[in-house]
Amino acid sequence: MISITRRYHFPASHRLHSPLLSEPENARLYGKCNNPFGHGHDYTLELTVTGQLDGASGLLVPLSRLDGFVQSKILGLFAYRNINIDVPQFAILVPTTENVLRVIGELVRQYWPESFGDLKIYVSRIQIQETERNGFEMVLPVPEIKNSSAERNESVMVHA
Amino acid sequence: MLITRRAEFSASHFCRAASLNDHENWELFGEESHSGGHGHNFVVEVSVEGEPDPITGMIVDLKELKDILDREIVTPMDHRFLNYEVEPFGRVIPTTANIALEIWRRLERRFSVARYRLARVRLFETADLYVDVD
Repeated sequence: MISITRRYHFPASHRLHSPLLSEPENARLYGKCNNPFGHGHDYTLELTVTGQLDGASGLLVPLSRLDGFVQSKILGLFAYRNINIDVPQFAILVPTTENVLRVIGELVRQYWPESFGDLKIYVSRIQIQETERNGFEMVLPVPEIKNSSAERNESVMVHA
Repeated sequence: MLITRRAEFSASHFCRAASLNDHENWELFGEESHSGGHGHNFVVEVSVEGEPDPITGMIVDLKELKDILDREIVTPMDHRFLNYEVEPFGRVIPTTANIALEIWRRLERRFSVARYRLARVRLFETADLYVDVD
């Protein structure tokens, strides 16, 4: 199996506060992350794409297409934004990194087929670092793909 | 059990298909398509799977693993222009995926012994981009 992993970076701010809990409970549970004014992180997002390698180009996906997808569907929503206020999905959802990852997973599930339906490629893993110390990872099911050795040998094209 | 050894090589390359014009190559490969070439500090992580030998306590001798990586990858590729100096990249476009597949091919035959096998090749082209072959 072959996969490519691309790492992206986005700064965003958030505040962890659950409307289902009292003020003291929120303060106790979320600690510094409950600061009323919020705070920010430089998030790191990794997408792992797996599937059929295009024999002619030697690419799973042109990076400009992958980058364009991530920019328009994900980073455009989160980068330099206050997640609680600016991202509609978090109107009532607490923006823990678990929930940020879940929302990103939903965006991928929703938009991937229309963006990459012409290629046999799938997102197999999404990983987020909130800081270098805190990482969150989601593994997505993908159909079985055979890049047989015969197919691998087809990845030959004379370059200019 | 997996054992992973890391090696580095710095090399130049470019990615272009002869059958495509400049614009099409740009669409497909972006900045990588400039025919003068450019370089990366490639990092390769090679994982071997097996069980520790009951006498030595090792899956594979790390010195031996290092020697194989040096002989098959680092010596032929380090400080080289992949398109012009390293086979098969005279005819295969040296995309990150194709370089990772070539490293897999070169190593697979070296690790086809009963006690352990090649489990994964992870090739970083940059810190933000890597390919896994497994």
